[in-house]
Amino acid sequence: MDKSANIDQLIEQFKTLPGGLLPLLRAVKHAVGYIPDESVPQIAKGFNLSRAEVHGVISFYHDFNTSPGGQHCVQICRAEACQSMGSRQIEAHAKKSLGIEYGETTKDGKVTLQPVYCLGNCACSPSIRINDDIHARVSAASFDQLMSELCSPVTNDVGAKK
Amino acid sequence: MSMTFFIPQDTTALALGSDSVALTITSELKERGLEGEIIRNGSRGMFWLEPLLEVEIDGSRLGFGPVKPSDVPGILESLNSHDKNTKPGNHPLFLGKVDQIDYLARQQRLTFSRAGVGDPLCIENYQRLSGFVGLTHAIKLKSQEIVDQIKDSGLRGRGGAAFPAGIKWQTVLDTAGEQKYIVCNADEGDSGTFADRLLMEADPYQLIEGMAIAGLAVGANQGYIYLRSEYPVAHKILNQAIERATEAGFLGENICSSGNDFFLEVRLGAGAYICGEETSLLESLEGKRGMVRAKPPLPAIEGLFGKPTVVNNVLTLGAVATILEQGSKTYKDFGMGRSRGTLAVQLAGNVKRGGVIELAFGVTLREVVEGFGCGTYSGRPIRAIQMGGPLGAFLPESQWDTPLDYESFAAIKAMIGHGGIVVFDDTVDMAAQARFAMEFCAVESCGKCTPCRIGATRGVEVIDRIVQNQDRDNNLILLTDLCDTMELGSLCAMGGMTPFPVRSALTYFTEDFGGESPREN
Ligand SMILES: Cc1cc2nc3c(=O)[nH]c(=O)nc-3n(C[C@H](O)[C@H](O)[C@H](O)COP(=O)(O)O)c2cc1C
Ligand code: SF4
Ligand code: FES
Repeated sequence: MDKSANIDQLIEQFKTLPGGLLPLLRAVKHAVGYIPDESVPQIAKGFNLSRAEVHGVISFYHDFNTSPGGQHCVQICRAEACQSMGSRQIEAHAKKSLGIEYGETTKDGKVTLQPVYCLGNCACSPSIRINDDIHARVSAASFDQLMSELCSPVTNDVGAKK
Repeated sequence: MSMTFFIPQDTTALALGSDSVALTITSELKERGLEGEIIRNGSRGMFWLEPLLEVEIDGSRLGFGPVKPSDVPGILESLNSHDKNTKPGNHPLFLGKVDQIDYLARQQRLTFSRAGVGDPLCIENYQRLSGFVGLTHAIKLKSQEIVDQIKDSGLRGRGGAAFPAGIKWQTVLDTAGEQKYIVCNADEGDSGTFADRLLMEADPYQLIEGMAIAGLAVGANQGYIYLRSEYPVAHKILNQAIERATEAGFLGENICSSGNDFFLEVRLGAGAYICGEETSLLESLEGKRGMVRAKPPLPAIEGLFGKPTVVNNVLTLGAVATILEQGSKTYKDFGMGRSRGTLAVQLAGNVKRGGVIELAFGVTLREVVEGFGCGTYSGRPIRAIQMGGPLGAFLPESQWDTPLDYESFAAIKAMIGHGGIVVFDDTVDMAAQARFAMEFCAVESCGKCTPCRIGATRGVEVIDRIVQNQDRDNNLILLTDLCDTMELGSLCAMGGMTPFPVRSALTYFTEDFGGESPREN
């Protein structure tokens, strides 16, 4: 797939939308998995902005990563309600068992770990999000279970499950 | 006997496995050759009972919960049993008639009256439960008359700042302009809050209706819902609801043949807490960095793309639909002092029975936490309560008898904010919580003002030194000075109120900050 041609198409689609830069960046992330540095000049041109402005927007938002992540994005809620239910321990356990820090990807390329501040599931904390699925009342044991399901061949079957 | 099964599909029910419960019911019914319809409803907001399975038999709704897939066969057997001893009432998960469950029956539900009753996307169901009545009323009124209704109701913004909604609308109505906007703040970033999410997932048409009414009131034909990206389920439901409402003529051109247009679109945030602040939100909607704007100009006068704009929280706009349906007087009759109507309290954290509890203003914090929450999930004593999100104070037991009313909370240097209550048991380390408040501010600051951007980072360091007992007295003075500087020198409440949790932790839970315990002095 030609990344830049694809991005050009998206730029065409979003450049006339009022306030279209954020929707565009989301669409790029969706299509490519991240916002490639090389796309900044392209986007700047399409939106009639300076490269610095586009870069400024990308760097402001936590959602817009500029390098590829793993196959699955795992987010651990770090906010207060989850803390009250032991999320600090889940966080420590996740980092240790995956062998990575926040923002890093496991060596096999399967999992990128990210912090998140509230998933709106605070009555049944601690919460984590795996891709678009949120999980409640997570424990170290259920975390391990979820990770092994992620890495098992069944779920890797090109998203066949769901 | 025909049976209808209701299994919620809101974020929390899904996070607790409601999909697999639904799948199991389908397969078990088939296996037994039984007939039964399955409806994926929204949640009632009694999250401690999720997944809550409701079964409608002969017009009444019986509840079972929390249900695991392995419970399904037993429940089905009890439903079909003719033996007195194995009837549903004897099933260990049986909860009785759902609307008689104490937790629900004791609430005063206006905004959440429909939540969980049916399929959130079914327009007929929404209308059967008085949906779009408010909009129909509004269409017959002049703009000024709609604004007057909102003013008379006493409705104040539910996003945190509690500004009177009618006054904001009046400003937008009075400002001349061809193009005006209605922006719904659905960024719901505070930890411990999920009522916006529940409304959007369980009763999305109510928000749509409230926004359309706002459009009629101020003369705006375009609305945006700025939704946080952490809410994928709400995103899906809102988009479907907008599509269906447009097809049914409640959105789009010439809504309800009124001669007025109202277009609505959802825009996703990108993981920045500060974008919940209304001017930062507007910058973000314009496709820029979410830098907070100085006020004036007010967004009501120069808002989105420089045009007059109403920015309101999800629940404020939801209440608008109720007010136009039932009248401002009815709404105003709930509440105390200058806090009118109902508050959607969200009970979260280390609590046995967490959920959305809608009550008239005036009930005390203790009544909610003890009466509804029934203590902590861990079974240990409650030590601290944080009310109003990450910028809200930590309250020690001596303050739990404060009534939920904006002014009463302001009087104790605390806030109701968006109504989130986070409960902590006695294992909490309050110095760690104070440190987190500063850390969160450092991570989420938009960076415009120095006291917030630099102060928060310094705050983390100073708290670390206090806890490690390094030059304790001077560092305590430094922390207080830092809090003063942040409160006085910050443009918005991010920097301006982060000192609230910090100071309250230090004042009421001093013993957690290392050093000699004060009692030993
Ligand atoms: C740091 C910060 C975060 C905020 N986050 C939210 C939010 O997530 N949702 C919200 O409705 N209001 C939030 N607000 C309040 C908004 O600025 C604004 O007051 C509100 O959207 C106005 O709507 P209302 O009058 O209906 O409450 C926040 C304010 C600040 C200072
Ligand atoms: S207080 Fe903080 S978040 Fe608010 S405007 Fe200043 S720097 Fe930005
Ligand atoms: S604080 Fe973790 S889900 Fe809200």
